[in-house]
Amino acid sequence: MFYREAGDFKTSYVDDNQTFPIKFDRYRYYAVLAVAFGVVPFFINDYWANAVLLPFLIYAIAAIGLNILVGYCGQVSLGTGGFMAVGAYATYKLMTAFPDINIFFHIILAGGVTAIVGVLFGLPSLRIKGFYLAVATLAAQFFLVWLFNRVPWFYNYSASGQINAPERTVFGQAVTGPATEAWATYLFCLVFTVGCAILARNLTRGTVGRKWMSIRDMDIAAEIIGVNPLTAKMTAFAVSSFFIGIAGALFFAVYLGAVEVGEVYGINKSFLVLFMIIIGGLGSIFGSFAGAAFLVLLPVLLKNLLVGTMGWPTDLAAHFELMIVGALIIVFLIAEPHGLAQLWRVTKEKLRLWPFPH
Amino acid sequence: MPDQLLFGMEVFLNGLMAGVLYALVALGFVLIYKASGIFNYAQGVMALFAALTLVGIMEGQVPFSHLINAVFGTEVHHFGWHLPAVVGIVLTIVVMVGLAWAVNHLIMRHLVNQEPIILFMATIGLAYFMEGLGDLMWGADIKKLDVGLPQGINTAIDEVTFNAFGYGFFIDNLDIWATIIAIILVIALMIFSQYTKQGRALRAVADDHQAALSVGISLNFIWVLVWSIAGFVALVAGIMWGAKSGVQFSLSLIALKALPVLMLGGFTSIPGAIVGGLIIGVGEKLFEFAIGPMVGGATENWFAYVLALIFLVFRPQGLFGEKIIERV
Repeated sequence: MFYREAGDFKTSYVDDNQTFPIKFDRYRYYAVLAVAFGVVPFFINDYWANAVLLPFLIYAIAAIGLNILVGYCGQVSLGTGGFMAVGAYATYKLMTAFPDINIFFHIILAGGVTAIVGVLFGLPSLRIKGFYLAVATLAAQFFLVWLFNRVPWFYNYSASGQINAPERTVFGQAVTGPATEAWATYLFCLVFTVGCAILARNLTRGTVGRKWMSIRDMDIAAEIIGVNPLTAKMTAFAVSSFFIGIAGALFFAVYLGAVEVGEVYGINKSFLVLFMIIIGGLGSIFGSFAGAAFLVLLPVLLKNLLVGTMGWPTDLAAHFELMIVGALIIVFLIAEPHGLAQLWRVTKEKLRLWPFPH
Repeated sequence: MPDQLLFGMEVFLNGLMAGVLYALVALGFVLIYKASGIFNYAQGVMALFAALTLVGIMEGQVPFSHLINAVFGTEVHHFGWHLPAVVGIVLTIVVMVGLAWAVNHLIMRHLVNQEPIILFMATIGLAYFMEGLGDLMWGADIKKLDVGLPQGINTAIDEVTFNAFGYGFFIDNLDIWATIIAIILVIALMIFSQYTKQGRALRAVADDHQAALSVGISLNFIWVLVWSIAGFVALVAGIMWGAKSGVQFSLSLIALKALPVLMLGGFTSIPGAIVGGLIIGVGEKLFEFAIGPMVGGATENWFAYVLALIFLVFRPQGLFGEKIIERV
């Protein structure tokens, strides 16, 4: 009735090529942005920011990054945690070396550094494919975490081996360090998330994205029709690592403030982000958001339900959480291998025909 | 002989022993991969789960006692018996076979014809599930596992090497036993797959699913069988590692140790798993011994992966893997 293109006439190529061609979609998108920027900051408190919104926004960036590599380009990577660590340590070094420059640029630069490291570890993907590549990327994970643990230069020779984010401000408002306000950190992360999402969306529907997808679908055929696998794979690794680096930087600087690398950026983080894009849907930007939201909310809900309502001990609830996450992944893979994004797509198709499905 | 060389030889021998244990875990991977094309990430957690179950049964723990106590407010912990190791192992094998059946019927059957990567993710999900289940059933504390294998320094080797070189090598009895058991296990598996009916069926399935099906081999049965064997291998690995360092969460991380072994040896090759295990075991111990102190130690965490990565660049199918032929 309301969700369809009938009557929505396009009179120019610009109109025809826009990201959300259906009017309802477009308005929904504007409404979400308006609420996120205009309403949420006024009602946010510390609990919501730290338990739900900040992790959601940051993981969404990481999930978009990994989705570009795995979902769009078909190169399975298990090194996400290591690349996030690169982003975090790059920000830390930049923050402490150039304190006068705005942290915004530090984080962007940290993404750039991560992109270079990502390309370096992505080079073997030209020779190694499939599982062998997935396992090979674990080399990045373990090597990078070890490197940041063992080389004191990276943590500025601090006695604890931890890195701590000093206070930095944007427009006079502290976004890192101990004295931040919930709305400021939220808005800071939101800007990055929205920027990354728009960038990713437009990359994936342009030439670069089509090249990635052709490599994913069949690399030999793609090569024959003139896609250069070297540039396609390397750009995928670079862009993906750039996003993941930004996510790692925000995770350290804005969300946690202090980081011990083995704990925060270990292999579990790699799997968590991978689960997000599986549950959300491979090859979908919306899916990255949905998966991140799902896996950030699930533990919070379970904890509230099991510990808060039913009064179970926390370790028991933690074991249950593991089981439920594991079972959910299996159920999703069996019932809907294309994830939440596919459910959303099906719903939209149904909506277009509603209320007269025939 | 110079001291450094002697130390190096000792490290080399210990590396060989560690390599055998890696190979043991890798073997479980290869078996499942060959028979069903599933890359079973849960193999490490299966080892943990098997070891936990073995300890639980031997000590007479009440399964899910923690949960039962929390829900019903009771105070049950132990049945109050202590079983001998043999009984415990037999019962654990029964549990692992049951688990194999459940995995096959509840998960893998529904995922037939999916892409390999989807199957891989499913086993990661399975790993999470079993990790939670193991902790929930038997508790998350570190347990001691003692099935009666000798432990401590092997005095015979110590004496012989002391008389020969003037320096006694430290080699753990447990490692020697693990090596012997691993060799027996590999020989038994080879005999099983070469000379028994089920073993032949297994190889037929590994070769071609559809052809095997058409000559009357039950795929379901073979898959349950292969998961059971993998469960058994996991139990052996769990006993060895559990006796060495206690039964705890870190046991499941041996899967991560076995992955580079697989890459090096090739996913489809049993000899590859063994040779790869030995190379990785010796390589990482020698590297840690020679280079480790210069770069801050703990290189064992990543050396195997980097070695396998560099190796794969030159030989993408691993040492003994089937040559990858790409067709359009």
